[in-house]
Amino acid sequence: MTAALEGTRVVEFGWAAAGPLVGTYLAQHGADVIHVESSTALDPFRSTYPPFRDNVVGPDRAGMFAFYNAGKRGVTLDLKQPRAVELALRLVKAADVVIESFPAGTLARRGLGHDALRRARADLVILSSCNQGQTGPHAQHPGYGSQLTALAGFNELLGEPDRTPVILYGPYIDYIAVGYGVIAILAALERHRRTGDGCIIDLSQYEAGLQFLAPALLEHAANGTVPTRDANHDRVAVPHGVYPTPADDGWVALSVWSDEEWAQFRVALGDPEWSRDPGLATAAGRRAREAELDDRIAEWTRMRSRDETVATLRTRGIRAAAVESVGELFDDPQLAHRGVWRRAKHAGLGEVGLMAPPFALSETPARADRAGPTLGEHNEAVFKGLLGLGADEYASLAADGVFA
Amino acid sequence: MTALLDGLRVIEITGDDVWRASAAAHAARILADLGADVVKVEPPGGDLVRAVPPFLHDRAGADRGLLWIALNANKRGVRLDLPRERDRLRSLLSSADVLVQAREVVDATTAASWSPSLVVASVTPYGLTGPLAGVPASDLEVTASSGALALAGEPERAPVRTTLPQSPFWSGMYAAMGALFALAARAATRRGQQVDVSGQASMVTVHPPACVHWDVAKEEHRRLGAFLIGRSIVGARFRNIWECADGHVSFAIQGGPIGRHTGRMLASWMGERGFTAPRFTATGWDAFDNRTLTQEQVDALEREVAAFFRTITKREFFAGVIERNMLGYPVADASDVYADAQLRAREFWQDTPVDGTTLPFPGGFALFDGERPRLRRGPPRLGEHDVEVLGAVTA
Repeated sequence: MTAALEGTRVVEFGWAAAGPLVGTYLAQHGADVIHVESSTALDPFRSTYPPFRDNVVGPDRAGMFAFYNAGKRGVTLDLKQPRAVELALRLVKAADVVIESFPAGTLARRGLGHDALRRARADLVILSSCNQGQTGPHAQHPGYGSQLTALAGFNELLGEPDRTPVILYGPYIDYIAVGYGVIAILAALERHRRTGDGCIIDLSQYEAGLQFLAPALLEHAANGTVPTRDANHDRVAVPHGVYPTPADDGWVALSVWSDEEWAQFRVALGDPEWSRDPGLATAAGRRAREAELDDRIAEWTRMRSRDETVATLRTRGIRAAAVESVGELFDDPQLAHRGVWRRAKHAGLGEVGLMAPPFALSETPARADRAGPTLGEHNEAVFKGLLGLGADEYASLAADGVFA
Repeated sequence: MTALLDGLRVIEITGDDVWRASAAAHAARILADLGADVVKVEPPGGDLVRAVPPFLHDRAGADRGLLWIALNANKRGVRLDLPRERDRLRSLLSSADVLVQAREVVDATTAASWSPSLVVASVTPYGLTGPLAGVPASDLEVTASSGALALAGEPERAPVRTTLPQSPFWSGMYAAMGALFALAARAATRRGQQVDVSGQASMVTVHPPACVHWDVAKEEHRRLGAFLIGRSIVGARFRNIWECADGHVSFAIQGGPIGRHTGRMLASWMGERGFTAPRFTATGWDAFDNRTLTQEQVDALEREVAAFFRTITKREFFAGVIERNMLGYPVADASDVYADAQLRAREFWQDTPVDGTTLPFPGGFALFDGERPRLRRGPPRLGEHDVEVLGAVTA
């Protein structure tokens, strides 16, 4: 069977995570995605962000770029030159979708604003994804996801109540915006199939992120309270937490969701004397003594291996899981079963690991077997092959630095 | 202007635990926001998420859970006693394009025999097959299994999860995405297919750089509290959450064109305020390279930045970074978000009726041709559309 987006062409202007990863999902489902970049202003994922192969900096040695641009073709254009902009518009004319993720107004200053793109092709689907959206007083503000995550309110909700908030590792909100960006494009293509209409999508990464906080926002609006971080406590389950195991930095996560589950949990623990206290038989009773309960459970989890604890609890139907480190994910049997990790050859990095999407399609599965392009890797294939430039014309444009 | 998914019919079957029910509900909510007609199928006693706290106006009640309210706006709702009323479900599905299910009420083979063009999306903690298929898990366990939990928290303390459960949102988002890819394929093949979403795999997508570092450099990233890792080739870490006069702000010293601009702007801001920061102001920002700084050099710069930030409020910081076009934002809470000028200018909030009152809901996630999709209705009362939907089906 053909891929879901077979025959769809995408032209992409953007860098780092939030724009380019949108194109990767489309490429994994069969779209021909052409990533346009410039060697005169390198993508930070080629220049600033490690890891680099053998820790030596170089645009084709950058692991981040190869991962975030998997499955695409790559061309270089110096968009400060009018002839480069002309070529970009010819690419757009041959495309169904354009993705761009620069601060609002950036592409328009290069002659590639929405109007110009629409003139190249009237029924284009255009995704403009930026920090704060295309309109409003903060539209032009540049930003990175690690800080935008804080502005949306995620960090306020992460950590222990009496301590400094902690981070969600990196640009958490970017990946939410990526997901909604893909969804928006697919929905616009669905309408295009029915009506023939294009669509201009103005996606604010900030607003996309707030979708994942809707209950906490409504809680403030309805009740006037300001939700804040509460370590690992839950509003329903008790006990609910992360407990130590004998191994260094080894932890186990577990939760008890009902009084029936509590009875099973006691059996798993071996029915110790303290657990028979009738005061603990109800959720309200357990919540009133949660700190004491957590200490008791930690005493138990410290006595046995993480995997033994998880297995014992799961046998009794209790929700439990090992807190896996990143390295462990690559040996995780369930992720392996789903084929999450893939490998591909890359000219500058040797072999690189890639990730399949978290949803498995039974008839048109995603492919994740092509790493991101090296700088300008597909210039000839795209400008000669797709746009039909002659050898002389191509050489002359190259000599003038148009493909820089 | 036609809504993007106008005419699309989605059936959502809720589940019997909070995680599954929330994940499926979020998937269907996204499709509803894009204009699909979503009918939510609940058991006769109602979806258990209806009664998950916190509650509207702090009064406990079966339909007053704010998680329920947030996840189920824009939908119609019917009651079915499954599997007893399987025939009625089958009728309902005969006119549907997508089924999103939180428990395996209909397997893919049966669904295909009932309706070959139906897309069937299932959201489960670990996926429908494999060694952990069928193992129950809530947000905490799903997050633990994905590496995301190990990456959050302070190094010498237990890992922490986001207090508002996040994995149902991620998993629901990917279910909506997978269903839309399946619809794209259907346009060519006229056949539906199965979309099998794993919560665990969904949460692995929230930290790609950690996976890349492991893959390329065999370097394992671990939680560092408020500090960013992976910006240095000599192993330095950079602070990303700082105390300020009335809370916290998010800021990182970084390189690249925008990072260097930010450094210059912060140095001049310190100067305007008469703040003494000799190391920071003497730094050559035009050639600043964050990749090669030693931890000692980073710490020295950060000590001065920390002292400066303690003299300004969240609001001053936000105004300052906007004015100077530099990187950084305050660590906002829900009250700050509702007060945000940008969101107000973009008419993000949408007053939506809920149980005799109205609440300002976060609006749709994007503008399409300049318009933000409207919230058409609040969440359904239990059985509100039984007659309207099932009456028509059985007639």
